Amino acid sequence: MDLHFHGPKPTAAEQAAVDSVLGPPTSAWAGGARNIEDEGHITLLGGHAARSRRDLLLPALHAVQSRFGWVPPGAVDYICRRLTVPPAEAHGVVTFYHLFSLEPRPSAVVHVCDDIACRIKGAERLCDELEHSLGPEREGHWKRSPCLGCCELAPAALALDAGESPRATALAPATHADIMGLRTSGEERHDSFESLRRSVPQCGDPKLRLLGRIGQIDPESLDAYRQSGGYTALGRAIELGPEGVIREVLASKLMGRGGAAFPTGRKWDAVAKAPARPHYVVCNADESEPGTFKDRVLMEGDPFAVIEGMTITGFATGSERGYLYVRGEYPLATRRMRLAIEAARAAGLLGANVMNAGFTFDVELRSGAGAYICGEETALFNSIEGKRGEPRNKPPFPVHVGLFGKPTVVNNVETLVNIPLIVSLGGEGYARVGTPGSSGPKLFCVSGNVARPGVYEVDFGISLTDLIAQAGGVPDGKAIRAVLLGGAAGMFVGPDKLDVSLTFEGTRAAGVTLGSGVVLVFDESVDLGDVLARIAAFFRDESCGQCVPCRVGTVRQEELIQRLRSGQPIGSRDDEASLLKEIGQVMRDASICGLGQTASNAIESALATLDPIPEGKSSR
Amino acid sequence: MSTDTVWFRPPPRPSHTPQPPEQPEPASVDLTIDGQAVRVPADWTILQACGSLGIDTPTLCYLENLTPVNVCRICVVELAGARTLVPACSRVVEPGMDIRTDSPRVRLSRKMVLEFLGSSVDLSTAPQAQAYAARYGACPERYGQPHAPSGPGERDAREPGHHHAPDGSAAETVAQPVKVDNDLYIRDYGKCILCYKCVEACGTDAQNTFAIAVAGRGFDARISTEGNVPLPDSACVYCGNCIGVCPTGALMFRSEFELRKQGQWDESRQTRTDTICPYCGVGCTLSLHVQDNRIVKVTSPLDVEVTHGHLCIKGRFGFEFVHGGDLKADANPEG
Amino acid sequence: MFGAGGGTNSYREIEETDVILLWGSNARETHPIFFHHLLKGIHNGARLYAIDPRRTSSARWADGWLGLDIGSDIALANAVAREIIAAGLENREFIEHATTGFEAYKQALEPYTLAYAEKETGVPAHAIREMAHAYAKADRALICWTLGITEHHNAVDNVLALINLSLLTGHVGRYGCGLNPLRGQNNVQGGGDMGALPDRLPGFQHVEIAEYREKFDRLWGVPVPPKRGWHLSEMLEAMEHGTFRALYVLGENPLQSEADQALTRHRLESLDYLIVQDIFLTATAQMADVVFPAAAGWCESDGTVTNSERRVQRVRKAVEPPAGARDDIAILYDLARRLGHDWGEPQAEAIWDELRALSPVHAGMSYARLEAEHGLQWPCYDDTHPGELFLHSRLWERPVLGPRVAFHAVEHDPPVERLSDEFPLRLTTGRRLDDYNTGVQTSGYASPMRRGESLDMSPEDADRLGVRSGEVVRVTSRRGGIEVPVRIDEALRPGLTFMTPHFQDEVATNILTIDATDPRSGTAEFKAAAIRVERLGVT
Repeated sequence: MDLHFHGPKPTAAEQAAVDSVLGPPTSAWAGGARNIEDEGHITLLGGHAARSRRDLLLPALHAVQSRFGWVPPGAVDYICRRLTVPPAEAHGVVTFYHLFSLEPRPSAVVHVCDDIACRIKGAERLCDELEHSLGPEREGHWKRSPCLGCCELAPAALALDAGESPRATALAPATHADIMGLRTSGEERHDSFESLRRSVPQCGDPKLRLLGRIGQIDPESLDAYRQSGGYTALGRAIELGPEGVIREVLASKLMGRGGAAFPTGRKWDAVAKAPARPHYVVCNADESEPGTFKDRVLMEGDPFAVIEGMTITGFATGSERGYLYVRGEYPLATRRMRLAIEAARAAGLLGANVMNAGFTFDVELRSGAGAYICGEETALFNSIEGKRGEPRNKPPFPVHVGLFGKPTVVNNVETLVNIPLIVSLGGEGYARVGTPGSSGPKLFCVSGNVARPGVYEVDFGISLTDLIAQAGGVPDGKAIRAVLLGGAAGMFVGPDKLDVSLTFEGTRAAGVTLGSGVVLVFDESVDLGDVLARIAAFFRDESCGQCVPCRVGTVRQEELIQRLRSGQPIGSRDDEASLLKEIGQVMRDASICGLGQTASNAIESALATLDPIPEGKSSR
Repeated sequence: MSTDTVWFRPPPRPSHTPQPPEQPEPASVDLTIDGQAVRVPADWTILQACGSLGIDTPTLCYLENLTPVNVCRICVVELAGARTLVPACSRVVEPGMDIRTDSPRVRLSRKMVLEFLGSSVDLSTAPQAQAYAARYGACPERYGQPHAPSGPGERDAREPGHHHAPDGSAAETVAQPVKVDNDLYIRDYGKCILCYKCVEACGTDAQNTFAIAVAGRGFDARISTEGNVPLPDSACVYCGNCIGVCPTGALMFRSEFELRKQGQWDESRQTRTDTICPYCGVGCTLSLHVQDNRIVKVTSPLDVEVTHGHLCIKGRFGFEFVHGGDLKADANPEG
Repeated sequence: MFGAGGGTNSYREIEETDVILLWGSNARETHPIFFHHLLKGIHNGARLYAIDPRRTSSARWADGWLGLDIGSDIALANAVAREIIAAGLENREFIEHATTGFEAYKQALEPYTLAYAEKETGVPAHAIREMAHAYAKADRALICWTLGITEHHNAVDNVLALINLSLLTGHVGRYGCGLNPLRGQNNVQGGGDMGALPDRLPGFQHVEIAEYREKFDRLWGVPVPPKRGWHLSEMLEAMEHGTFRALYVLGENPLQSEADQALTRHRLESLDYLIVQDIFLTATAQMADVVFPAAAGWCESDGTVTNSERRVQRVRKAVEPPAGARDDIAILYDLARRLGHDWGEPQAEAIWDELRALSPVHAGMSYARLEAEHGLQWPCYDDTHPGELFLHSRLWERPVLGPRVAFHAVEHDPPVERLSDEFPLRLTTGRRLDDYNTGVQTSGYASPMRRGESLDMSPEDADRLGVRSGEVVRVTSRRGGIEVPVRIDEALRPGLTFMTPHFQDEVATNILTIDATDPRSGTAEFKAAAIRVERLGVT
């Protein structure tokens, strides 16, 4: 391409950081040094071949960001030359993801979660303390973050330290002292068992089917995984053959656990039968829904199960390549998944001729860079392809036109760890677990004002009351003010509706949603108006900005909530309520993707029944 | 060579007129729109099907020479059985679709989209959007007074993630100073509805220069050059195809911008004449917009196969010489 | 080619072809909207090979850039052909069916091995081989070229070498396959089509064939001279010999546009009488005895032009010309009247209809149809004929319709002006995106990209000469010298320099160029002069 480069030239260190991911340049015309001897009359890398490397854009940007703490313009220039990416498009990509910065930043930055669960566990106090010791947020030593996915251990923080040996450490619960200590000592802590056991309060219960290994075996040991029954399912799947596996998954009635609850077997079947090649498997591990942390715990505690689930998916759908897209804010999950991929590859469980069964499947891990929207499957594809994480219009659906425009099966982490279980139990055996409409075991992320927050595995069918009781109920004898079901994109349930059955059909009947399995409990001391304001701000922050209903609707929604909170409605509060309904309606009806379509659900549900912002109690 | 008769005589007329390879006739699809049965080719969009029935579907981000991005959402229609409304501009027809184009849900969404745009963007040079707003009864004022415009470059520097929480007393807008950094055109992003058309025209749909892209996220998303540099430092080659597709006047010929500023721009006094570009041999159709015997703007019709509405810098801006007095005056009659 | 001078294909075909050879053309900058169509082809999966000494903005899109040394096109084309035959990739069936002279051609190719071509062109053998195979194996393949092929002393041979490739592979006469010269001016195609060639009447009807001539004799009521005339280079030479005494120039600026400006000036000065009809008082017009101020053909008068896909298109009057300037045909009609012939009222459409009556390939193109159908492509034989999408489909008819097409063996013949110790650098010329020819039109608008004339050279040459970017140097060829700032361009390799003709008033590039001319086409070798560059001293 006849790209135009105007910017500063890259430094040697910037080139080295990029080359660490891309390898040395192979052509003077694609970032290499001038080489008239070999390239005076030809180009060694040009045309379609040069333009086909766009998907390496995010990995290269990550390498630069983690080396310098920001993305210097010379590095962008160099990446663009290497990958034949227009600099303006690279600019568009860098400015889309909040873990990248185009402005110089301190090398050490602490991201502090101020999202819903952390808010009610002292996140604001932590921010105040950091402001006192590290200076105002704008100086860049710390910054507020949307949900970091550690809600069971709230408040959470993520310390990123750029440099030649970059470090990323999640701290939860995060104290001011821990954060300051980490900054001075530079110690990384990776315990394999203790924090996992805290995240899985049921740990040790022999009835656990999905969480059984977590906190019990070394997550970095393939041997331990195999000794605990790992990879027997893949062996069984190979015996069944691709069609047999799909039959079992169809029979299991497994519904996707990412929030949309689409029958997994039907998705697989469509990809397996799609004539276009190649096919891809994508594991959506971009868990970002506020209040959700189960996928993180699965990846940290049982990474091989995720790989085995993906491998069976690849085998069944005729895919030779899988992408695992892990949230950028999950350093430990990323590390463990990387180790697991390498170990599986070394053991012949990934790569050519998996298990000597004559099929090829390999997995590439890609890191997100800070964008909730990339949890939307088509936005995730765009992100892997090196583009802004803007969702695509559907149809066409991913099973026909997915990653790189090819048939793609995309499943969430929890869905995939159910796969080995289905193959082992048989589809019908699996379908007997749970209820007729909601088969199998289900993970719930219980957090907020409960005694024992964590990931809970239950058979579908438990009531919300019982689940909260299992988590120890609300401490200090306080009453429940509300429960947020399904995360920011979910709905509030009042104390009068706690008997709702936690199944797809039960929640549907109650007019709520299971979403990603969030159960965020608020006791009577919580200011729900503040929670709503945070939710409204979250959607404004995380809207990709592509479509008008969501881009502007999320702004208007937040302004409206703030008007109610400050006691300054335009017209009456009823006028505002009907305006909010219209805003919600257009977002729900006309937004491109699920983000906009659900952005008003929680807020509308709270205002409808919970009086979260009582009149006359102006909060400012 | 002189012995070779073929060089002396035009070749004989072939027995069959050359044709492109035959494409299989697209299947047709039966569907219902507003209660009317209609049969259309299977590769048509709902928008085309509506058009064939004479239904005027509003569009802002759609243009026939660009790939539909379906982002403005003003063309949404109600499809029986679908959870949400669907964009007519990009959704391909399917057998048995039952579509309503003027239901209360459709009207509400269209009205709200126009209110959202009207309350956040200056639509004063977007007559089409104004007409739609009137048609759907949009009332952008009900979101409160507009927020004060942002300072120069302020929106361009916004990072994704947390924003300053508003107090709700004013409605956020994209108002900002006009970018005037070259002699050929101006960028007034306070009028930008982020329809992506300019990005598409600069990119794979036409010019393939990729001088601009959408940057930032959410309400802070904006059109930007690489590193937000001024146009003369960017990859821009001034083909003006972005202006050609801009539906709101956010991108404008400098000449039009200056005439408007002076109150001289008057479309009622303008004629539009199609002719062929005076430069290279490609043969691009130019539509000359003439006011007071001066060319004030050059566009190209979308339905001409040579250009599909797109031009290069010479065709778009290279007309000044016909008004250049000096050379002309020197070449006086019988001189 | 093959009897009718025009691109064989329509623009839309390049969007659906498989392999494109863009030879001696920087269409990205010189034919930007054609390049849009080409880019659609690339996005649809076509492979692009750019054959150009410079790594131009077009070449930067290419899957293969073959940066041949200036003037080695035939060596390259012949090596491609030889490799195609050696690999058994030629289209035997087509060759036997529709061509003649293959065996002689094949024998003539014998010396053009890949190794020889590598030596002559500088392009590595593997790259030539890859292009040869890609072109031959493609289901559809197109060749497009511009002045990199035709501004050489052996321009016609260059074109023949490319035609040979299409015959060898059968890549002509089918959808998405063909040969396309991209026209440099908005009506250079139409001018030729209308008979503004020394040997043709309108519609490519050769003036030396009585049957054609007689039609014109009858309609015009005067006998058409039965012998071919002179092309421009012949005229210029004839001026020098005193056999050409008066010149009437319409819309040209030969003083600045012809190679070797000093020589051109001398020749024009030797005329008895020079008439210039132009919209500008050009440098040539300033030498004229009489200047007829004309209206701008594209916006101040009505008529037609014809583009590179043979599409006849209407130009229309949009503005009134300035006082005193008149439509070209009005001037000509008045002139006729003063010479004693009253042609009546000048009417563009009436003239066009007369042309339609005389030129069978334009017969079906009424103004009404040109309006309604956004122009029509010739040949368009009658009122219902749609115009031909691509030419030469007759070659695929069984039996072949009309004469078969001959291979013409051509030999590599390097540029006339060799490099020497005295003039060690190769100067080539071409256009940039935002300017045009001698700049008389484009100087009217303020392009933000315009940076004026420069001598573009490689970083290595700049280092060797010790010159910096922006430094003004003296550039000398055997014909003269000029001063011009240097610009360092990484797209050039050592030994190769580049200039444009766009700023003739400031930097008269054509003082340097050579008028070595192909006797058959009359085009000078603008693409290959030999120069030396000297520093002006301490800056």
